[in-house]
Amino acid sequence: MTTPEEKFQALIDAEEKVEPPDWMPEGYRKNLIRQIAQHAHSEIIGMQPEGNWISRAPTLHRKAILMAKVQDEAGHGLYLYSAAETLGVKRDEMQELLHQGKHKYSSIFNYPTLSWADMGAIGWLVDGAAITNQVMLTRCSYGPYARAMVRICKEESFHQRQGYEILIRLCQGTSEQKEMAQDALDRWWWPSLMMFGPHDSESTHTEQSMEWKIKRVSNDDLRQQFVDMTVPQAEYLGLEIPDPELRWNPERGHYDFGEIDWEEFWRVVKGNGPMNRERLEHKVRAWEEGTWVREAAAAHAAKKAARAA
Amino acid sequence: MPPQDPDDRVSALLAHADDNLVLAQRLGEWIASAPELEIDIALGNIALDHLGVARALYTHAGDLQGEGRGEDDLALGREERDYLNLLLVEQPNGDFARTMVRQLFFDAYQTPLWEDLSASDAPVLAGIAAKAAKETAYHLQYSSSWVIRLGDGTEESHRRAQDAVGALWRFTSELTEDDRASYRDEWERLVGAVLGEAKLEVPEDPYQRTGGRHGYHTEHLGYLLAEMQWMQRSYPEMKW
Ligand SMILES: [Fe+2]
Ligand SMILES: [Fe+2]
Repeated sequence: MTTPEEKFQALIDAEEKVEPPDWMPEGYRKNLIRQIAQHAHSEIIGMQPEGNWISRAPTLHRKAILMAKVQDEAGHGLYLYSAAETLGVKRDEMQELLHQGKHKYSSIFNYPTLSWADMGAIGWLVDGAAITNQVMLTRCSYGPYARAMVRICKEESFHQRQGYEILIRLCQGTSEQKEMAQDALDRWWWPSLMMFGPHDSESTHTEQSMEWKIKRVSNDDLRQQFVDMTVPQAEYLGLEIPDPELRWNPERGHYDFGEIDWEEFWRVVKGNGPMNRERLEHKVRAWEEGTWVREAAAAHAAKKAARAA
Repeated sequence: MPPQDPDDRVSALLAHADDNLVLAQRLGEWIASAPELEIDIALGNIALDHLGVARALYTHAGDLQGEGRGEDDLALGREERDYLNLLLVEQPNGDFARTMVRQLFFDAYQTPLWEDLSASDAPVLAGIAAKAAKETAYHLQYSSSWVIRLGDGTEESHRRAQDAVGALWRFTSELTEDDRASYRDEWERLVGAVLGEAKLEVPEDPYQRTGGRHGYHTEHLGYLLAEMQWMQRSYPEMKW
């Protein structure tokens, strides 16, 4: 007779998906909840920096695209919360942990959006980095997460194209527009590289996650993939990546690039990025100001049910 | 109906376009701030619908004008006094009750409006109206259901919804004045049914404020336009 542990391991070894009713180790479940919730929170907090430009989008066409994009992110958040709920945790609990600062979200959203070009840079770099990460996650061992990623990835690549298109327009435009694009790249480049997390040697979750096939590629390898993909795109735009050490290494067949400012990385992770406080305060305020609405909906539903009874 | 002067047709299109754009702009302010995720998504969808209608109408108005002005020239290049939207849609979002009551009043106006215009003998306008009519049916259902929930929810939500009706009522005559008078009965029927079920009352003060269709706005519109038009005004003649 096989034990549940053996059955679980056999699924993992056979590259099959673990599904909600299956037995799974407590560590696997906890690790997934942490990761999926963090991913969901990132989608939701990520609505703020882009939402910041909806009212000021330069054309109605761009306004419509941006609005739809921010909507998509809300949809991704919903999806991911549902995927996490299959592991026995409620959306409200996860949100509560976010509000208390006990759950994290991607640090990239702790940087401010200061010009229209930032909408381009975020789409191109941030959605681009997210895709690099998420394509890997479509092969994740947990079925609901892997499937959510398939759908989300499609929309993210849309976002990336739209972002890049914004920058193409700017780079083909006036010198003022091109400067705007370069300034955005200067500000978003390093934070985007930070999205892949600490070096493999420093990463607390990586090894176990790789064994469980939650994570399939290491942080450093993903970061390298991203750099290799992005450098030619920057060249096409005629923009300069703000890294003096960046150069093609023919022996490795990859770009070499400079070291991330890890002090900044950890500072932002620990809550002292430019916008950490504002992002969380905004989220908590919206939630608290909405309490009476949620209560009203519940009260009305109860009255209706009582009347029907 | 007598054949319309082309200038009148253009201003009529602009007026409807302005209504939809200004409301889309207001609804867009909710994004990432709504009481829950589902509401965030719904308000975004409604905003996108209004924005889509506005864009179609501006483009059509520009074509009729025949002076080479596109949607952005018309939306982002006109001054406050030239904006023809109804005063209701430029009113600030306030709390969620204020936004939903505003939406209900406007949806109840757009319901007969689009029905009427979709029978227009101007084919482009009729097409835009027919599509908008379907969207409006959903908007009306959404705003009605929320006004009912809030009005007949908790004490607090009732108070807030009643405040919203009180504050916005003075902008409702304008919805159906002049050439829109024939929409009044339908508007009253739709709104009356919802307010009744929501246990909300219409204020006794008969004062009504109008003027939006003539460019005589409340003070809120200027700020909305300043923000919305800022890029076009700071960086004129550029492509985005
Ligand atoms: Fe997303
Ligand atoms: Fe995205």
